[in-house]
Amino acid sequence: MNATVAQLTARSLLGRRRALLLLALAGVILVLAVISRLLAGKDAEVTVVILGGFALGTLVPLLGLIAGTGAIGPEIDDGSIVYLLSKPLGRPSIVLSKLVVAIGVVVALAVLPTLVAGLVLSGTSDRLAVGYALAALVAGIAYCALFLALAVITRHAVVVGLLYALIWESLVGNLVPGAQALSIQQWALALTEKVVGARSEELGITSAVGLGTAVPLLLVVVIGFTWYAGWRLRSLRLTDAE
Amino acid sequence: MSTLVLDTVSRWFGNVVAVNDVSMTIGPGVTGLLGPNGAGKSTLIHMMGGFLAPSSGTVTLDGEVVWRNEGIYRRIGLVPEREGMYDAVSGWRFVLANAKLHRLPDPEAAARRALQTVEMTDVQDREIGAYSKGMKQRVKMATALVHDPPVLLLDEPFNGMDPRQRLQLMGLLRSMGEAGRTVLFSSHILEEVEQIAGSIQVMVAGRHAASGGFREIRRLMTERPHQYTIRSADDRALASAIIADASASSVQLVTIRDSTRALHVEATDFSAFVRVLPQIARRSGIRLYEVSPADESLESVFSYLVTRETR
Repeated sequence: MNATVAQLTARSLLGRRRALLLLALAGVILVLAVISRLLAGKDAEVTVVILGGFALGTLVPLLGLIAGTGAIGPEIDDGSIVYLLSKPLGRPSIVLSKLVVAIGVVVALAVLPTLVAGLVLSGTSDRLAVGYALAALVAGIAYCALFLALAVITRHAVVVGLLYALIWESLVGNLVPGAQALSIQQWALALTEKVVGARSEELGITSAVGLGTAVPLLLVVVIGFTWYAGWRLRSLRLTDAE
Repeated sequence: MSTLVLDTVSRWFGNVVAVNDVSMTIGPGVTGLLGPNGAGKSTLIHMMGGFLAPSSGTVTLDGEVVWRNEGIYRRIGLVPEREGMYDAVSGWRFVLANAKLHRLPDPEAAARRALQTVEMTDVQDREIGAYSKGMKQRVKMATALVHDPPVLLLDEPFNGMDPRQRLQLMGLLRSMGEAGRTVLFSSHILEEVEQIAGSIQVMVAGRHAASGGFREIRRLMTERPHQYTIRSADDRALASAIIADASASSVQLVTIRDSTRALHVEATDFSAFVRVLPQIARRSGIRLYEVSPADESLESVFSYLVTRETR
């Protein structure tokens, strides 16, 4: 972990306009929560729809994609990564610093808003707020690690990431039960299911995988992709072939 | 004092050979890497800087392999050709960040010194995004100098600089070479290289075409056979008069633009031929309409050098 790499990453990731846009994205869920609470009152099912469908299903993967790819992709594209690579720094430490910044962004703009929205929607009842916030946290970490590695591997990381989040997790995941087993969202949901406990099935919080499978898979994705990104960065080709 | 050694280095991208069996030693002083665009200069510099693995052969700095060796950057300063930098930060913050990334004991002092060296202290607090091309180039230089490296690699450093900045950078590189640093810069302009490089390495089409001092390179370039395209009142008569003289080795009747006929002459002795041609024309009573060099582009000079090397 290198503080200077993290600072440079944070500055480019949170350029003035982008920070505002990301804040607006986070604001949407809070506004939704407030409106829903005012109109429908304290309703666990509405909470599940908003936190499960919007927060965990859309906000977290989207911010994970923006922060994960944005932490390193633009620097690779414009060549400015050379200023980090031409230093006596271990490549894994560069990747780790960038990952920490990306996770920080997701925590601030997706995980905390999820927690606050949960509390606004249904307070502490059924531990829904905490359950979904925890799921958002682990999913956020996994998405960041996955998309950061993708940005090191391919210049089309945003497209590939969108395909994964939209096509695989949302579409294929909903139609083909087997595909759900390979979905970060489902792994994270296993955590919510555990935290909410007995009422989870009644509320429709059911993950395609058990916690015993989800945790190792999450660890494999986070550690595996972070390690792989560091390894790939060691042989990153900076030249456009003449 | 540091020495970069390239030992039978090749690099190919798929089917394209960018650098072909190049061996060279770059020692202290200023070395110019000269060659036309696409000659493989950037590929070579990327391999010297450890950013690209040679497909075969080795690149070493003082005996240490540079590829996948992060420690090497304590001794190398790199000025990349591409302009991408962290536009949202100021010049000062960026150079300071570079000093910190090198874990220098006093990064502020190092950053200040580097910015002074490139004369950027006046505008150091402006965001990089607001800099002109020349200013960006100088900030890039400052980041490469911040850790006071014995080896400096610069990829087309004069691109986009105005004449004053160019002179300033030339002075800077020259003084660094004189101080015993190993400075290598690439350029496709002979005059640039001539003015500051004590030694020149010429690359053409991925090959190492020639090396030596600029006088040697100049001599190789002026002593090569020169080609001319000549239009006259009577091409056939002029052709026979030229071939009768020893200053040309071949004369060809060719068709140039708009089906105009002309002569293509290969002169063996550049200075003798340009003196003799008007005399021949006058003696034969042939009016010359046009005499133009057919191969004065840098590429043709380079390709002469490379074919000469491989003969």
